[in-house]
Amino acid sequence: MTDTLILAQATVGGIEQFWQMVVGGLALGTIYALLAMGFVIIFKATQVVNFAHGALVAVGAFLVALTAVEIDVPGRWIPSAPTWVTWALAAVLGVALGGAAGMVLERLFIRPMVGEPLFQIAILTVGLDIVLRTIVDDFAGLDGRPLADPWGTATATIGPVTVPHTQLVQLGVTVVAVVAVALFFRSRTGVAMRATAFDQEAARAQGITVGRIFGLSWLLGAVLAGVAGIFASIFPRAAGVSSATAFVAFGAFPAIILGGLDSIVGAIVGGIVIGLAESAASVYLTGFSNVLGSGFSAIIGYVIMLLVLLIRPYGLFGTEEVRRV
Amino acid sequence: MRGRPQLYTSYAADQALLNTGTKRLSFALFGVVLLCLPLGFIPGFRWAADADWMLVLAEVAILFIAALGLNLLTGLAGQVSLGHAFFMGVGAYVAAILGSPEGPLWGLGLPIWVWLPAAGLVAAAIGVLIAPTSFRVRGLYLAIVTLGLVFIGEHLFRNLDFITGGSQSGRTFPPLEFKFWKEETPFIDFATDGDWFGVELTGQAKTYYLMLGLALIAGLVAKNIQRTRAGRAFQSIRDRDIAAEITGVDEFRYKTIAFALSSFFAGVAGALFASFVGRTIPEAFGLPLSVEVIAIVLIGGAGVVSGMGMGAAFVIVMPLIVRTITEWLTQVAKTGEGVFQKIADVLVSTGTFDPGLVSASAGSGPGLNVFQLNQVLYGLLIVGFIIFEPLGLYGIWLRVRNYWKGWPFTY
Repeated sequence: MTDTLILAQATVGGIEQFWQMVVGGLALGTIYALLAMGFVIIFKATQVVNFAHGALVAVGAFLVALTAVEIDVPGRWIPSAPTWVTWALAAVLGVALGGAAGMVLERLFIRPMVGEPLFQIAILTVGLDIVLRTIVDDFAGLDGRPLADPWGTATATIGPVTVPHTQLVQLGVTVVAVVAVALFFRSRTGVAMRATAFDQEAARAQGITVGRIFGLSWLLGAVLAGVAGIFASIFPRAAGVSSATAFVAFGAFPAIILGGLDSIVGAIVGGIVIGLAESAASVYLTGFSNVLGSGFSAIIGYVIMLLVLLIRPYGLFGTEEVRRV
Repeated sequence: MRGRPQLYTSYAADQALLNTGTKRLSFALFGVVLLCLPLGFIPGFRWAADADWMLVLAEVAILFIAALGLNLLTGLAGQVSLGHAFFMGVGAYVAAILGSPEGPLWGLGLPIWVWLPAAGLVAAAIGVLIAPTSFRVRGLYLAIVTLGLVFIGEHLFRNLDFITGGSQSGRTFPPLEFKFWKEETPFIDFATDGDWFGVELTGQAKTYYLMLGLALIAGLVAKNIQRTRAGRAFQSIRDRDIAAEITGVDEFRYKTIAFALSSFFAGVAGALFASFVGRTIPEAFGLPLSVEVIAIVLIGGAGVVSGMGMGAAFVIVMPLIVRTITEWLTQVAKTGEGVFQKIADVLVSTGTFDPGLVSASAGSGPGLNVFQLNQVLYGLLIVGFIIFEPLGLYGIWLRVRNYWKGWPFTY
């Protein structure tokens, strides 16, 4: 994407450029990984292909913009606290609200569709995506809304590469999120969710409230999307929440398919791979724009996805569908 | 068999397209209304003869053709495709290469009877190339693969600027006119007013007649495909692909045929659409167009030919109605009086600081603007139809029809 391009041009060629590209790719890849993870959790638990994931990104980021800037909660009650504390609290609150929104969406629109053809539910989420994105667009306005994060445009120099502080935070947060998700799936509720993903009826027979698990999976997905949304709308990626925020999810779809629709490990690997590929394409393939066309890095994910799918139709880590007669 | 419409004494009568007297009568009436609309003498429909409405109805006909294509693939064969816009784009640019006058961009200046079928055929050929993926990649994976197709296609269209003109300026498409070959004056054109068989018609009305005719042909073809061996094979693949294979349906072959037919319709519709609009940028053939066609299929009723017409009319006309209502409400809020003014004032935001649900001005004041309101309603309609009426408008029509079938002896 553009930021990696700019940063890469700052260092001149060679191994420095390579490492700069890797860092940029990881930064993008972790956003994709967060999105893909949430998407896969929703898909595994509820069998819903959620085309509204981009809207969840925008909603989450927008709610953070509301809590951190517009309403300034909890900052307005504790004016003496340092900015980064109040901002972090506001971000947590905003993301949590985003998660709640995901849960409400599931309850209102997805739950009535249990048992209906999956294709129809997928298209339903396309409709939801349009509605949510339009509403966020309207609130964000033409100029977008800044998130006023405490790191701003500061950068650190580690060895040969220049990394914005935000991306360091992002890497840390992603690691925490991955560990948290891994731990969650070992907890009692997490095991219940895995049981539901495996067989809904058997899970019900064991006393698991499947409906609650559905809601929980959407909450998790929306929270992860909201976290990704924060990092997708601050420096160096964007200046705030805008109508473009939701489109980051279209970059994440190839990551999901690459890893396999039903594999969380695949989602993380796929996200990082696609992020690195986009970053590499924007650095090394710009010289070939007369052949590949300008902006090729934006679609390289889809090209990789198509190639992988032709060889492995269920992605790298996805389970092959057993076709029984 | 007068009075016993359900009694068929021959296979031909049973299989007929219009197999009851009521269907024949209503279809004939509908046809007469559609034919007479531009003449503007049908009471209650005089407004439709207006030039703007003629264009709206022509657009409905074009999207009807596009939706027929997706309906074959998704409604009949059960293959989810978000890539319909890509095939429409292929059709449009093939038409542009063949039909547009020679200029800075590629164009051969050939007549419509060359570029229109060619647009469909080239799109169909590309559909055949894409089809094997649907054999390899199943179900919802296919949906995301075709999503990729739209993005890759848009990238191609944007970068092949010697054909498409690029995203800055776009390009002009061949005009709608009938010529024998490359001569100067077409023998039928659809841009200027003129008289046909002694009836004075506007250019818009002529365009409407052309699109109506093409839509009728496309509808007949689609309806007949449904009734052939291929159509039944599609439906069996949709219902249970393994069962279809066991009963002797060659899945690979029929999926390929479904993709080819669907892309043919898409290509023709894309060419007509581009030619109808006149000038457009590559981004016009992006994901929103695909979603629009899917919305038509779902709102109309997946798998039903007549539903596509209802869906197309609904999706195209609804935004116009919403706009008209919003403008009217704004007028009431500004100049009206009494309780209606109060209600309208709550709904509509008239100034920068006036709260309301909708704002008539296109800026980013409080409230959604008309375009955004339409987007929200459009999304909600997709959601609502899927949840409450999966058969779409056709399902509603079916229930209305069944109610009146037994009237007054209904339960």
